[in-house]
Amino acid sequence: MKKACLLLEDGFYQEGLSLGAEGETIGEVVFNTSLTGYQEILTDPSYKGQIVCMTYPLIGNYGINSQDVESSQLQVEGFIIKEKSKIYSNWQAEKSLEEYLKENNIVGIEGVDTRAITKHLRVKGSMRGIISTTDFNLESLKEKLEKSPSIVGRDLVKEVFNNQVYEWEQPLISEFNPLISPQGKAVVIDCGVKFSILRNLKVYFEKVIVTPPVISLEKILEFQPQGILFSNGPGDPEPVSYAIDLAKKIIANLEKEKLNLGVMGICLGHQILGLALGAKTYKLKFGHHGGNHPVKDLRTGKIDITSQNHNFCVDSQSLPEDIEITHINLYDNTPEGMAHKKLPLFSVQFHPEAGPGPFDARYIFGRFKEICLREKT
Amino acid sequence: MPKREDIEKILIIGSGPIIISQACEFDYSGTQACKALKSEGYKVVLLNSNPATIMTDPEFADSTYIEPITVEVLEKIIQQEKPQACLPTLGGQTALNVAFSASKKGIFKKYNVELIGANEEAIAKAEDRKLFKQAMESAGIGLPKSKVVYSLEEAKSALKDIGLPCVIRPAFTLGGTGGGIAFNEEEFEQIVELGLKLSLIKEVLIEEAVLGWKEYELEVMRDKNDNVVIICSIENFDPMGIHTGDSITVAPAQTLTDQEYQMMRTLAIKAIRAIGVETGGSNIQFAVNPSDGRIVIIEMNPRVSRSSALASKATGFPIAKIAAKLAVGYSLEEIPNDITKETPASFEPTIDYCVVKVPRWAFEKFPGAEPVLTTSMKSVGEVMAIGRTFKEALQKALRGLEIGKNGLESVIDERRYKVQPQEVEAEVKAKLLTPNPQRIFYIGDAFRLGFSVEEVYQLTKIDRWFLSNIKEIIDFESSLKLYRGLDPRTLRKAKELGFSDIQIARILNINPAKISSFREKHSISPVYKFVDTCAGEFQAYTPYYYSTYEYEEEVFSNRKKKVIILGGGPNRIGQGIEFDYCCVHASFALGEEGLLSIMVNCNPETVSTDYDTSDRLYFEPITLEDVLNIIRKENPLGVILQFGGQTPLNLALGLEKAGVKILGTQASSIDLAEDREKFKKLLHRLGLKQAPSGIAYSFYEAKKIAKELGFPVMVRPSYVLGGRAMEIVYEEEVLERFIREAILASPNQPILIDKFLEDAIEVDVDMIGDGVNFVIGGILEHIEEAGVHSGDSAMCLPPYSLPDSMIEKIRKATYSLAKELKIVGLMNIQYAVKNEELFVLEVNPRASRTIPFVSKSIGVPLAKLATKVMLGRSLRELGFTEEIIPAYTCVKESVFPFNRFTGIDIILGPEMKSTGEVMGIDESFAKAYLKSQISAGQFLPKKGRVFISVKNSDKRAIVFIAKGLRDLGFEILATEGTGKVLKSNGIPCLVLPKVSEGRPNILDYIKDKKVNLIINTPSGRIPRQDEIKIRSEAVKHEIPCITTISGAQASLSAIEVFRREDFQVKPIQIYHKEVSK
Repeated sequence: MKKACLLLEDGFYQEGLSLGAEGETIGEVVFNTSLTGYQEILTDPSYKGQIVCMTYPLIGNYGINSQDVESSQLQVEGFIIKEKSKIYSNWQAEKSLEEYLKENNIVGIEGVDTRAITKHLRVKGSMRGIISTTDFNLESLKEKLEKSPSIVGRDLVKEVFNNQVYEWEQPLISEFNPLISPQGKAVVIDCGVKFSILRNLKVYFEKVIVTPPVISLEKILEFQPQGILFSNGPGDPEPVSYAIDLAKKIIANLEKEKLNLGVMGICLGHQILGLALGAKTYKLKFGHHGGNHPVKDLRTGKIDITSQNHNFCVDSQSLPEDIEITHINLYDNTPEGMAHKKLPLFSVQFHPEAGPGPFDARYIFGRFKEICLREKT
Repeated sequence: MPKREDIEKILIIGSGPIIISQACEFDYSGTQACKALKSEGYKVVLLNSNPATIMTDPEFADSTYIEPITVEVLEKIIQQEKPQACLPTLGGQTALNVAFSASKKGIFKKYNVELIGANEEAIAKAEDRKLFKQAMESAGIGLPKSKVVYSLEEAKSALKDIGLPCVIRPAFTLGGTGGGIAFNEEEFEQIVELGLKLSLIKEVLIEEAVLGWKEYELEVMRDKNDNVVIICSIENFDPMGIHTGDSITVAPAQTLTDQEYQMMRTLAIKAIRAIGVETGGSNIQFAVNPSDGRIVIIEMNPRVSRSSALASKATGFPIAKIAAKLAVGYSLEEIPNDITKETPASFEPTIDYCVVKVPRWAFEKFPGAEPVLTTSMKSVGEVMAIGRTFKEALQKALRGLEIGKNGLESVIDERRYKVQPQEVEAEVKAKLLTPNPQRIFYIGDAFRLGFSVEEVYQLTKIDRWFLSNIKEIIDFESSLKLYRGLDPRTLRKAKELGFSDIQIARILNINPAKISSFREKHSISPVYKFVDTCAGEFQAYTPYYYSTYEYEEEVFSNRKKKVIILGGGPNRIGQGIEFDYCCVHASFALGEEGLLSIMVNCNPETVSTDYDTSDRLYFEPITLEDVLNIIRKENPLGVILQFGGQTPLNLALGLEKAGVKILGTQASSIDLAEDREKFKKLLHRLGLKQAPSGIAYSFYEAKKIAKELGFPVMVRPSYVLGGRAMEIVYEEEVLERFIREAILASPNQPILIDKFLEDAIEVDVDMIGDGVNFVIGGILEHIEEAGVHSGDSAMCLPPYSLPDSMIEKIRKATYSLAKELKIVGLMNIQYAVKNEELFVLEVNPRASRTIPFVSKSIGVPLAKLATKVMLGRSLRELGFTEEIIPAYTCVKESVFPFNRFTGIDIILGPEMKSTGEVMGIDESFAKAYLKSQISAGQFLPKKGRVFISVKNSDKRAIVFIAKGLRDLGFEILATEGTGKVLKSNGIPCLVLPKVSEGRPNILDYIKDKKVNLIINTPSGRIPRQDEIKIRSEAVKHEIPCITTISGAQASLSAIEVFRREDFQVKPIQIYHKEVSK
């Protein structure tokens, strides 16, 4: 078995075995605490620029299937795990994790103390790292790392969004969908959208249209949507100025009552709306990545266990008066959702679409439809 | 919203004696609940009949009733204590059932008591199969096809729809008692009939067999704001068809995609809402079709369970404690997570290790019971292990079982395989096909014999992922075999796969010491990691550790003086909760003495493995290697071995060799007590008698010795402990058979032969010493005569029939032995009294099974004092200088698992069979005995028919008992021989024909419940088949059956009192005040 190594910016070093493709990869190293859902994580565009370290040690057990994908390709820069399963066992599985990574040229490492890495990141904060199966020279690895760009101030969205405008057809397959009759039209501003968001929207909306974020409002309005959703996406929201400008324009038009539609943001989309509203964002020490974060809806008192994946956060102090914080994370009290007091606009930092993670907050898409259709009448 | 202020006093119901399917886990949950509610300022009233629990220690509740757990007692306590609420969800099925019955009778309403946690409606919905089905269907949750029936006829018609094989589940029974899978119609009828009898509401569910489907459990918690969280997912290694208590289980789920898992999670949340469990924890079981992912719900327990204890230990999330707080009005977000401190309990734990639980069985104790696993639980204990991989955790668990396996070792005879490969292969296949206690080892052997994962899968239906992992272990083992010498990389790899030093040494055929020294030389040692509920996302403050072969060490350094306590490992017959109780007390004592307490144990059911009990918890197997690794890391002042039963004592020698200081009685004294020859000399010097004995190495020698001693003799192979394979032999023929078998089983091992003291009275004495001063804790007179294992006998404190002069003699003997052995800590001596002579049977220089009972009886925590004594305190300093003789009477009765093993004989003998104990306390022996019988489930009748059939030597003694019963108005039925004696003594009785000779015979009376009490002493060493049948039928139909004359005498006096007056209930806190007066 081929050797591999991992070096972090601050000199933290571990050796293990090669996982997936051979070669070298650099990215910001983050840990994810989900027990399941590695395939969704690998394909989640929000992980662009990042190397993901899974805290659960046994990965690959149920293999890879063709349904549980969040985009049309693998997105992570690298993958760090404790132990890769030798076989996969699940009725849906079509191939192994190893094959999947190799086919998609993703460099990973296994056989390392992922708990030690996790604790290191928790204490020191997320940082860049390099995985290599070719270079074991600390000096040269360090040099490569230093040359790599930081995630702060870098526009990763442009690397992941789909340039085409297209319609999403496939609704979520779930035996729990109450008898919802899909109505209206929603436009999704794709900043690296997860398929689960589209699948969920399709349950509530008759038409779901996906557009790139570099698009004019006029063009969007040609679709005559009742709702616009700013999707999730990777990295720092600040450099994504085109999306922020678009959001500003939409908000201004809503304020002037020139527009009659609902607006929602998820994760990066939430941060973009925050920035558009004049708030600031900042980088969290090691981010939120997992499927077990309690989020409280301050208006109802209800707590949902949510799926999370973000490194940046809206600074609630900097929000204008018109904005109400609607959700908080009970782990660290950071804001997890906001709503405009007057306009039909709200956003959430967590992932109501799950994929991976609990289904607790899926109803939020229903809430979006409600405000969209309320505005229409 | 904080806690409720409208409640001041809460009644908690415990789970009673340890039985199969209800063990220490309910002491763990009950203790947490008592602590949690007391700390919130509530007054706590507790009902539990089990004295061997921590929760019944007087400090844990304001009023502790060690009384029978019945509706009548519950009502009495409510009248007396006037609580505002009753919490029934932490005491297992026992508590839930008694609360449900009381609620149906309107008792809670009558006294204005609110059921908190789960109400009557929710209990009914979860437990009543029909209501459950309705609730699930209306919530849109899939179920296996099924039909609820109330009679055999209905069952037969239901079978037409559902088809064979099918599962039969009686409503309202424990751990699936009476349930089963039927493959043919005859089996179907048998199981349905039994199920109808055992069900509290005579209801049985016939269900589509989802045999071979994957089985999962989710531990769910809900608060009053309807927030629901999943604490842990558990995947059963063994597929559907084996009770989850008998399955190897793994946390978290391993082979579900996120979509599948989240779907199951959503179903679980819907289920808890549909059932209406308002607050607290529930356990929900699912089955998943491996070929298409279809999920069906199997059942739900609306209370904390064995699995929730496992989930708590597996994740670090204390379900019972949180459940208690939720019941009094807190919401999840208001309760902090103890381990991280900063985050609330309203989250879902995530883990970064793999947890494996393996059950431990005791089929060897019940000859005649087939060692096959079904939907009715039969295991008596379990071990849990934590590792970074499944392979590591599995191997740790297997060595933690203490069944002579150091990991996934072979169970087939290699030599035999060479000669008869086909036969062995066929045997392996059979063992894979039919679930049995050794199946896990046979899976390993199948791979050793070259089976493929697919072949093993087809036979077992165990998920291929698990099988493939096991194959990796075996493949590595084979590669190791080809290896010459050791190299650090390979050894490290072996350790990462969970191999123990001994296991590796056996594979390489070298001395285990070589492995450990090689490891030391190359610093291949485990690191310890936290169980922290959050996979490292937050800092953990609670030192709850497991070992693994990884890179980063997480043990905090602490300069405080430390002491390590070794626990008792998995529960088994002969070593159970009593020892855990002592270990917990040791931990408390260390805390009081300002020392850092470190607990090592691998039993997930216990209070000792609650991370709250000791300053540090190492969840590790109790083997020499694992313990020495911890000692090297912690460098303690010393180690306490006295409290964990035989498990830690077995390590004494090895630890001492490694230079570890053992606290308490010195090893030389232990040796003096355990070495037969040395002990014989010691007794002689002290002028104490022993039953004459000898050691034989051949049948010839044995025959000679037996002739000298005179039959009957007690024989046993010297290598066994705890009464295993002990037998009382009355004749040469039987002796010959015994010796032949013993020599075959273990050649060159001597056989111990003692003169058996027939009809002697046995006495247990527990005492404590500080090396200089010695005080008797209690003198316990056995009710059953010598020959019945002391763990199975009922006992009475103070003695109820021994004359004062004999008691004085016992005292003197005890003190002189203690002085001679320089006991520091606890000692237990067993005596036999025959014809006014005192014989010493055995001396155990350690805590005995009776320590908790004695402590509860006299109101002195002996194990705690013993710990302090071991740390150098004197008894004088501790204020315990005089034996306490209570003015009231305490009776301990044993509880047996006979109802789990239908058809086996229930006769007691030198082989221990009981799983648990209860205590009866009252002002007189008769009353205390009565309470103990009710608590043990022997519902002595006040009137009715009694069937008497005794052996010849008991015929004289039975006359008085029969007369007594007759005078109390009982109608007497008897067999011919017994009847003749009774009639000739002027006692009228109806003589029934022998079972094989006519009808109606006693079996008809039993089946029709026309007999209320059976007194039947065995006719000879080999009981007649009809006797066995009578006794096992009695157990099946819950008719009290007494098998000894002494038991019959005690029962007669109990019935007498019972008819005269209703008994009173009183908390032990008041009894203890009386004692100190």
